[in-house]
Amino acid sequence: MDTPCSTVRSDAIFRQGNTNCGGCGMSLTLQMLRRAVGDHPVQLVVPACCGAVAGGTFPQSVFGVPTIMSTFASAPAVASGLASVAALNGDKTRIIVLAGDGGTFDIGFATLSAAAERNEDILFICYDNEIYGNTGGQRSSATPQGAVTSNTLDGKPEQKKDMLAVMAAHRIPYAASVSLAHLEDTKRKLSYAVAKEGFRFLHVLSPCPTGWKSEPALGLELVRLAVRSGLWPVYEIFDGKRYVVNIEPDFSEEALDLYLTLQRRFQKSGLKASDLKPAIEKNWQVLRALSGRIVPAQRER
Amino acid sequence: MTRQLLSANHAAALAATLAARANRKDKGFVSGVYPITPSTECMEYLCNQKIEKGRVVRVESEHSAMGVCIGGAAGGARTFTATSSNGLAYMVENCIAAANLRLPVVMAVANRTLGPPWNIWADQGDALLLRDAGIVQFFCASNQEVFDTVLTAFRLAEDKRVMMPVMVCMEGFILSHTTAEIDVPEQGQVDDFLPPTDVPHRLADVPHTLGQVEVPHQTECHRFQHHTAMLGVPEVCLGIQREFGTLFGHHPADPVVAYRAEDAETLIVSMGTIGITAERVVDALREKGQRVGALRVRLFRPLPQDLIRAAFAGTKRIAVLDRNIGLGLGGVLWSDTRALADPGAVVQNYLTGLGGGDVRPEHIEKIVADIASRKISGAPALMEAV
Repeated sequence: MDTPCSTVRSDAIFRQGNTNCGGCGMSLTLQMLRRAVGDHPVQLVVPACCGAVAGGTFPQSVFGVPTIMSTFASAPAVASGLASVAALNGDKTRIIVLAGDGGTFDIGFATLSAAAERNEDILFICYDNEIYGNTGGQRSSATPQGAVTSNTLDGKPEQKKDMLAVMAAHRIPYAASVSLAHLEDTKRKLSYAVAKEGFRFLHVLSPCPTGWKSEPALGLELVRLAVRSGLWPVYEIFDGKRYVVNIEPDFSEEALDLYLTLQRRFQKSGLKASDLKPAIEKNWQVLRALSGRIVPAQRER
Repeated sequence: MTRQLLSANHAAALAATLAARANRKDKGFVSGVYPITPSTECMEYLCNQKIEKGRVVRVESEHSAMGVCIGGAAGGARTFTATSSNGLAYMVENCIAAANLRLPVVMAVANRTLGPPWNIWADQGDALLLRDAGIVQFFCASNQEVFDTVLTAFRLAEDKRVMMPVMVCMEGFILSHTTAEIDVPEQGQVDDFLPPTDVPHRLADVPHTLGQVEVPHQTECHRFQHHTAMLGVPEVCLGIQREFGTLFGHHPADPVVAYRAEDAETLIVSMGTIGITAERVVDALREKGQRVGALRVRLFRPLPQDLIRAAFAGTKRIAVLDRNIGLGLGGVLWSDTRALADPGAVVQNYLTGLGGGDVRPEHIEKIVADIASRKISGAPALMEAV
């Protein structure tokens, strides 16, 4: 197993007293980030998203590192400016974008793509709650098939955008999906991504009890079910070509069933586990081919 | 000091380059740029300069161009960008963010008609989108003025009493693509003129958050602080102009440029290059014994109300020429300045050269004849209808 972390940053990156909902995946991501940054100086760029609200009202700040709130679509551009200053001045500050799914998949997509193409020295973390949480849960290209949102009352018929594939197509040094239910894997990826130079993209499945209409205490369990069922593949891509599957699912239909039934957002559309199976299988066929591993490496225990 | 033959686009870029190099011993220079006609040559020129401790990021949109400048300024660097028309419209959201965050970004705008329908010629409506955003706005009338104003814009934007974006406007093609000889100072002189950029609220060692949520009374206070800082700009400008004059040997143009206006009965008021044409008309009409003068508003935001009111005092007829239109009201300069005239004065708005139409001396002579025949102010009139 991975070695336990030795250098936890002494000051919190995300302080107590923040206004996030209980069970928020973004809170967990930031706690994990604290355990991963070591002694790297860090600056955060947060576009409009729950993170901008969680930051608290002026002049108190929940963020324990220098932070700038950008406009919704502009975080990677603002981060490019900050990264330029750091590079020009030879300082070791790591610039990290913390963005929701809207600022990543949709309105921020062009800016993200451009910064990735320029291979800016930025770590982009998307905490993807699949739900436009800040505006109250509307349809987006991150909404999974079958999920009811406030403006698709019968559930979204289309599949979710394959964001990691899109990022891999930019041939960035590092892109990975993250399961918060697998802490060592999460910490390893965060540590690697913080230290690595060039554009890095981390895609975190971020439980949102408010938007998912699920029990706050069950957030990590839901992520685990998504991983087990194969719905949320956990893998990493180096330079857009070397694919490594990190956690092997058991493709349990029971896990998929539980994942769907424990969240009320999937109930109204009548979506069943069997409806999702073909897409999951197809996705994994592609992943197997890309990673060059026909035989599963390691079963999730 | 050397004489160089430069277009206004290149003059703006050269001024930005000299300002960029002047910050090499501090945090350096960061710029985000994206091409758009007729501003493109400005970013091209900038991209082709060697700037020690500088980075020009070739981004994918104007929105990101300003995004990079926001990041650069928040990191403490000197920042600059250039754009025009729809590019500026696309950039607006981040221009407002830069202003609200009080970041000293300097931008050169080649004024062009907003579209579609596409029209690449001069109209001030693009810059005027940002009239109320807390950005200092200059409208220039010559290449030398563009160069001098961009240089002073850095000094002004980065002054602790100001600390906000400054926009330097030139009419597309009329200035942006016209070459003229201008005085260019040596790097050493610019180094003396521009102290190192110091953004006091930049992201540094002590954690704080820029641009976080505010409650109404905080926003109210911040807006009023910003407003108050803007009102102080004309005075800060005077100090910078004096120093500029001492260092570079010529006095940069004033916020409001009056021409033979002291005893004028009729005053031709405008922004940008129309003001230069107006001065020629004034000379011609004075020859004929008419008491006509001209007033060119160079600093439009903050509006130097006292200077304009003083120039208006005693003037019976004021013709305000606008190369822009606030649809549903009239010319923007006219609507902003008409209350500054003496009671009873005829303040008539003429919409001139919208969408880049040529404004020639004979047009302005007709306008002067038209206002002479008016007893009271009328609705804004199209130049072609006069």
